[in-house]
Amino acid sequence: MSGNLTLSQKVWNQHVVHEEPSGSNLDYPSLIYIDLHLVHEVTSPQAFQGLRDRGLKVRRPDLTIATTDHSIPTTDRSLPIVDPIAANQVEQLAKNCRDFGIQHFGVHSNDQGIVHVIGPELGLTQPGMTVVCGDSHTATHGAVGALAFGIGTSEVENVLATQCLLLRPSKTFRVNVTGSLKAGVSAKDIILALIARIGIGGGTGTVLEYTGSAIRALDMEGRMTVCNMSIEGGARAGMIAPDDTTFNYLHGRRFAPKGADWDAAVARWRKLPTDHGAKFDREITINADALEPMITWGTNPGMGVSINSPIPEPSSASDALERDALTKALSYMGLEAGKPLAGHAVDVVFIGSCTNSRISDLRIAANLLKGRKVNPKVRVMVVPGSMEVKRQAEAEGLPEVFRAAGCDYREPGCSMCIAMNGDQLQPGQYSVSTSNRNFEGRQGKGGRTFLASPLTAAASAITGVVTDVRSLL
Amino acid sequence: MKAFTPFESRLVPMPINNIDTDQIIPARFLKTTSKEGLDKQLFCDWRYNADGSPKADFILNTPRGQNAQVLLAGDNFGCGSSREHAPWALTQFGFRAVISTSFADIFKGNALKNSLLPIVVPHDVHQKLLALPEDAKVKIDLASQTMTLPDGTKVEFPVDPFSKTCLLEGVDELGWILKQEPAISAYEKARAGSINTLA
Repeated sequence: MSGNLTLSQKVWNQHVVHEEPSGSNLDYPSLIYIDLHLVHEVTSPQAFQGLRDRGLKVRRPDLTIATTDHSIPTTDRSLPIVDPIAANQVEQLAKNCRDFGIQHFGVHSNDQGIVHVIGPELGLTQPGMTVVCGDSHTATHGAVGALAFGIGTSEVENVLATQCLLLRPSKTFRVNVTGSLKAGVSAKDIILALIARIGIGGGTGTVLEYTGSAIRALDMEGRMTVCNMSIEGGARAGMIAPDDTTFNYLHGRRFAPKGADWDAAVARWRKLPTDHGAKFDREITINADALEPMITWGTNPGMGVSINSPIPEPSSASDALERDALTKALSYMGLEAGKPLAGHAVDVVFIGSCTNSRISDLRIAANLLKGRKVNPKVRVMVVPGSMEVKRQAEAEGLPEVFRAAGCDYREPGCSMCIAMNGDQLQPGQYSVSTSNRNFEGRQGKGGRTFLASPLTAAASAITGVVTDVRSLL
Repeated sequence: MKAFTPFESRLVPMPINNIDTDQIIPARFLKTTSKEGLDKQLFCDWRYNADGSPKADFILNTPRGQNAQVLLAGDNFGCGSSREHAPWALTQFGFRAVISTSFADIFKGNALKNSLLPIVVPHDVHQKLLALPEDAKVKIDLASQTMTLPDGTKVEFPVDPFSKTCLLEGVDELGWILKQEPAISAYEKARAGSINTLA
């Protein structure tokens, strides 16, 4: 195939190892090569066991990299992990990496961090690559122009054994974000607005490609925030065409090509953007000029509104099950329809996760918190995404700002985004969280999550209620 | 994997849209390194009170939820995380099929790899199934891709042909992919300069 292709189609075409010849009566999926396999402790142990059971090796340990992020405490790393089940899982990954020859950025590594933070940070994820991980937020790496998506444990085993996956091509869905963001509105608000528009299943079966002036204007970390939550709109992957912003970000990173290889790579990468005239299966336009800070009120990421807009009435839904869903969400969240969320009391603020724990997120939050105090009723957790983010934050004096404001500044990991490690809400508590999921119990059984940007989170930490950050700027 | 054979079962209705994998099995149970023993954790936070006692009104705790092999769920079932623990927990509880108007992509792929058949039906069929009496049974036949309702109506459903073959033969994908070794090696050779190794 050539001419008039989208970014995702180009990357796909470059990775086809085998497909049944056209005219074949076998309607089999394509065999697709995977350039980079990221591994973490939660979704891999059963896959490594599968390899052992079959007597298989890891085909390309040199294209596989592991880190430990989900199950580990975000407290002092010199202490042992108290939870024996978590400790066993963490040790199991270390053993699997030793046994199968995989590079592992473990608990005590200087490069440890959330898998979707360290991938781009180390220059592991590059334009035009296929990237997979047993984690749905793998979509993050699409920010550099990679085709990156989450897989289950059976597929983790397939990739470990063969470096390939059997896949059907997804439909293409262009999200054109026009105009430019206003003060107080950020990348997180773009993606929350998109998901509120299309719904949590709106992108199912598609790869999103984010285009338009407001996307071009984002720095790489903002682009990662947008792509990260593609899965919350049902899309397995979200991509942004590589440009000079991408190349400047990647240049000089540890695993990025060097010297003549770099020049050759950039020349290849410049051919990746979607061709003029390429057709998308679906398109949507979002006007960034009109965007306001967004916040979710319900129990899935599609239940979001502008921060000063009223929570929708269940009667506004046309479908009976959808009405039930809204009613059930209001009941779980302890909220009333018809009122805006702004002004609602908050117990916990969480700044972290693979969506918003990068240095720019921490800078934005620190900038607002500098010289201010968080409301004494609110517990504020700031969890950097990686050891590198932590080092950079220290170099800029950010931990001092957070601590002076009354925040709990912690060690890198997934932390209260997934609440596997003891960092969690108590039943009934409300959080404003910069993470990606507000499902029932996601941040701890009975906990209630409002998803928002780091700016909204920091503003709400200061006031103790859900706050439109523009009132503090 | 066992070969997927035709069967007949009552339906366990769970008419809730967007049931996410955090509800199917909460993340705190993902610290296990095994695939086994997850049936008790299926829908844990909907199924049990804080003291561990079963919630009497939750469907899986009622007679209707016992010994049935088909879950009838709302739209976009299995959204959220990629955890394969979700189909593991569902199959260990005894489910062999889930019926919905749509499934999340990753869940659907995971289910098919674990002999759990995701059956997509149109809205009107979904409504009809929800309205069936409690003891009504449906017959599910993967080979013909049909579900037979108690009144004899046959409903066809789509299945990826490759997944269908794997399910019917009780084999997984990996065996087939491993046989493509020559093509994989040839591909690697052809792209030697552009695969970025971590060396």
